[in-house]
Amino acid sequence: MPEILQTIGLTKSFPGVLANDHIDLEIEEGEIHGLLGENGAGKSVLMSTIYGLYRPDEGKILIRGKEVVIDSPHTAIKYGIGMVHQNLTLVSSFRVWENIVLGKEIKKTLSLDERETLRKLEKLLTVANLEIDLRAKTGELSLGSQQRIEILKILYRGAEILIFDEPTTILTPQEVDQLINTFRSLKKEGKTIIFISHKLREIFAVCDRVTVLRKGRKVGTLPIEEATPEKLAEMMVGRKVLFSLPRGREPGEEIILKLEDIATSGEKKKVALQDINFTLHTGEILGIAGVEGNGQKELAELMVGLIKPQKGRIFFQGEDITFFSPKERIKRGIAHIPEDRLRRGVIGDFTVWENLIIGFEDQPPFVKGRFTFNHSFLKQFSSQKIEEFEIDAPGEDALVKNLSGGNQQKVVLARELSGNVVLLVASQPTRGLDIAATEYLRNKLLEIKNQGKGVILISADLDEIRSLSDRVLVLYEGKIMGELSPESDEYQFGLLMGGKSIDEVLA
Amino acid sequence: MKFSLKKSPSRFSILPEIIAILLAFFIGALLLLFSGYSPLVAFSALFRGAFGSRNAWGQTLTQATPILFTALAFLLTFRAGIFNIGVEGQFLMGAMASALAGVYFSGLPAPLHITLSLLLGGAMGALWGLIPALLKVYLGAHEVITTMMMSYIASYLTSYLVNYPFKAPGWVAQTEPVAQTALLPKILPPTQLSLSFIISLFLALLVSFFLFHTYLGFQIRAVGLNPEVAENRGIAIKNRQILAFLLSGLIAGIGGGGEILGVHGRFVDGFSPGYGWDGIAVSLVGKLHPGGCVLASILFGMLRAGGMTMTRVTKVPLDLSLIIQALVIILVSAPYFIKAVILRKRDF
Amino acid sequence: MEIGALFNLSILQATIRMATPLTFAALGGMFCERVGVINIGLEGIMLNSAFWAVVAAYFSGSSGIGFLVGVLSGMALGAILALFTVKYYADQIVIGTGINIFGLGCSAFMCQKIWGSRGASEAVAGLPSLSISFLDRIPYLGPLLNNHSILVYLSFLAFIFAHYFLFYTPWGLRLRAVGENPQSADTAGINVHRYKMIFVILGSTLAGLGGVFLSLAHLNFFAWGMTNGRGFIALAAMIFGKWTPIGCFLASLLFGFADALQMRIQTLGILPPQIILLLPYLITILVLAGLVGKATPPSDYKPYIKK
Repeated sequence: MPEILQTIGLTKSFPGVLANDHIDLEIEEGEIHGLLGENGAGKSVLMSTIYGLYRPDEGKILIRGKEVVIDSPHTAIKYGIGMVHQNLTLVSSFRVWENIVLGKEIKKTLSLDERETLRKLEKLLTVANLEIDLRAKTGELSLGSQQRIEILKILYRGAEILIFDEPTTILTPQEVDQLINTFRSLKKEGKTIIFISHKLREIFAVCDRVTVLRKGRKVGTLPIEEATPEKLAEMMVGRKVLFSLPRGREPGEEIILKLEDIATSGEKKKVALQDINFTLHTGEILGIAGVEGNGQKELAELMVGLIKPQKGRIFFQGEDITFFSPKERIKRGIAHIPEDRLRRGVIGDFTVWENLIIGFEDQPPFVKGRFTFNHSFLKQFSSQKIEEFEIDAPGEDALVKNLSGGNQQKVVLARELSGNVVLLVASQPTRGLDIAATEYLRNKLLEIKNQGKGVILISADLDEIRSLSDRVLVLYEGKIMGELSPESDEYQFGLLMGGKSIDEVLA
Repeated sequence: MKFSLKKSPSRFSILPEIIAILLAFFIGALLLLFSGYSPLVAFSALFRGAFGSRNAWGQTLTQATPILFTALAFLLTFRAGIFNIGVEGQFLMGAMASALAGVYFSGLPAPLHITLSLLLGGAMGALWGLIPALLKVYLGAHEVITTMMMSYIASYLTSYLVNYPFKAPGWVAQTEPVAQTALLPKILPPTQLSLSFIISLFLALLVSFFLFHTYLGFQIRAVGLNPEVAENRGIAIKNRQILAFLLSGLIAGIGGGGEILGVHGRFVDGFSPGYGWDGIAVSLVGKLHPGGCVLASILFGMLRAGGMTMTRVTKVPLDLSLIIQALVIILVSAPYFIKAVILRKRDF
Repeated sequence: MEIGALFNLSILQATIRMATPLTFAALGGMFCERVGVINIGLEGIMLNSAFWAVVAAYFSGSSGIGFLVGVLSGMALGAILALFTVKYYADQIVIGTGINIFGLGCSAFMCQKIWGSRGASEAVAGLPSLSISFLDRIPYLGPLLNNHSILVYLSFLAFIFAHYFLFYTPWGLRLRAVGENPQSADTAGINVHRYKMIFVILGSTLAGLGGVFLSLAHLNFFAWGMTNGRGFIALAAMIFGKWTPIGCFLASLLFGFADALQMRIQTLGILPPQIILLLPYLITILVLAGLVGKATPPSDYKPYIKK
């Protein structure tokens, strides 16, 4: 079978980083081709270049043997290439059909022809074996359904090659199964699928062949029959990977944090939490698992004091802190690594030292007297933190937005861990970080736990939760579906994350 | 993307600002040519009127003073992420309050009378800023519109007060003169330059110290740059926003008072040719830093002072200053435009 | 003094008249915001168009030419706003403020130059009114809606067409996407920058029509600062109208009523003029204060930067 898509020597670099280094890729028509690699391996950049979002520095792209120049997504679509991104690009106020046909609308004289559009789209739904309510308002649908809109968008434009960039990050395990079925249906229709993922089990579930990238280079391509998880993992990372970290000591008896019958209201686009009950002990990492969007953010905000519950109580070291402000909780030793560091963790336009003191700036010894800064202390404080946390920055006056993601996260960590921290709430702490930073952070969390403090780890990365936590709770639609031990079967996690209650799972 | 505020003086680049100012003058010159005036004659009259003599300097700095006050006021709120374009209104209300305190309080020694009048002016300005502050913070009303409305209301309200209840006998719409004890001493006779100028410089220092050396200023800047992070770390956002608004109104109000007590000696209807607007421009040109505001306010003071001479000598309308000011605002805030079109830099 | 002196047919007619510049400006602001650009410069654009329309009418003797020039002025300032905010990523509020100051300064400068007076121009030919005969037969509504300037009727057409355009045509769909999620429009092959530029210019042109109304229909000369904050009141109307064309029109009627009321009270002489003049601004603030948390703008006003 001729190659439907091929790249020869494709190279793309950005200031300071060579994202794709002379990559030769061959995709056969009608196959499901997996693209495996870690954060920063270059998978997204490669596909974005093929999709016309970037212009390559060197190299060629060929479609069915003919060299083509793809200078925009528009052109890529003309060549039959469609891409479903991680971040859904949909207009929430539009109806589903409006989002699908945007840019290629079906008109009747000057107006939008809704009837004809719906007719055509219904046909497309049957062909692609997908289900969705075309008249529904996009913003009200689940992420899985919204993703289906993205698939329909590119099918509507006649995509023959469909690229999926980490599509399962936002899906429950059940929705992942549905997506895999969709892949199979599309393959039956003769479509070619490129499936970017870093999750081995998904690659094995559906791919015909898999290509591994590492640090911008192609390591190799294997038919799936010849691949094993260990082999692929080694190709991804370049060394033997430890699938589990040393666990450390057992949690203590003393209870640091207790949430009792907590319920919050679900206004302003927030998920309503209900019947939240759990405890956290000293020296314990409590993992909160679940697909994003099921209340994790709200739970973190609740514990930190940004939202107050409508019902229930929060006890911290025996004290009722239910209605305490963030400032009062910080004073008592509650620290927080927020999930979107650039938006909620650091102030990009502030310097490193300024970021290190946010929340402490009004107390001595940071101020002398009642208002004025004690600059010599501030200088000393920030140099100390930079060294202690190995923050790689040109100096304490460097603007934090110019640091790498890992170093920004270290700034957050350094700040949060200053003072007498008793409890750390970490939301998606390793998201977007490279291998070295991720390892550093995970080791730090274990270190904190081993010092007898408590950690609540909220993560969408199930492997991370299972390798770090002492106990795991699963959150679904604002409720705790059940508690599992990290050694529990992954399938059980999946069920809880998908909405089954613990009794059903253990039955 | 480098359109942030550069905090470290070591990375201070004012080339785009200088080019913007020069370009604004250039376009102004073109406008003059097109309207049948000679740019050479007009601008030389302008510069003579601004810097040509000791008296000219006095006039320039006198005009610069209220502009510096309003610039500092605008800067404070902008640093908190708030666009307080109603500084003119706060300035006017402060002027009125100071004027009335100057007229109707008696029997006080000069330093006390002056201080009291200025503080009352500041308080009135702060009050005028409090209303849009509360509307924004508790009701989410956009401050651009509310402060603008308050500015119009201030304009008409002070006009009413000076035309009716507090009008002095005679044709001119003005109050009685303030008591001798309320007048700010002149520091460069025979020009109008008064102690108000020194006060404005002092406030510039104070604002600089406040923003960069106190924790309140730090918190205000944090709120302006990233309110979510500020909230996460326990900074009382609403409080700081209101504080910024109050301080802003306070400064603008004192500026208004200074103008009355230092230059006019009474509240005259329409005495402000739009110092509030100048202040906004100056703040932006001055890169939202108090030091820059001082320099830029002298520039704009020059435009006003020199402009008056220019109008007298060449009959070019005073509004040319406004036009150049508008051009400066537009060009200063489009650094990419300057860099791309004028400096022809590729990567910015 | 009976209440009838305040509320009668003539004040309702005045309401419709005074709503017109607000409708145009609010629609203009709406189009700009719908593609992601907040247009603070409506005031300056209106004033500028009002002025140049009079200049053109003065020298050509024709109000039609005045109208055209007013339209072109709106386009010109809109082009400047669009260029600087869309292409060169300048701060939208700052540029808008600059445009306001420019409008004030330029109109005063040129007024002085042409007529020797900063305060007002000479009188020019005004735009005609339209008399629709069948309206006379409808009781109450007929006389209310009849015999207004053609610009009044144009404003009606404008908001109706804007409603159709925005919600029933592909281009309306696209422009809404550009504002609400520019990324989605970009990946759909829509030229985001082009849409932003076009509709910022269009919006500014509409606002300019509001200015033309003031100087060629409501009055027939130019007076210094004659817009008097209407550009800002129009922004309030736009927010109050939830960024929809029909909403803009209805809100403009409300504010137009405040304006008409102010003028009526002034002629009755029961309050000093300054107090009356500040009423519309006070009402605007009260209206904005009443919109607690209900106003969600159609975009986040950030420049769209292609990666």
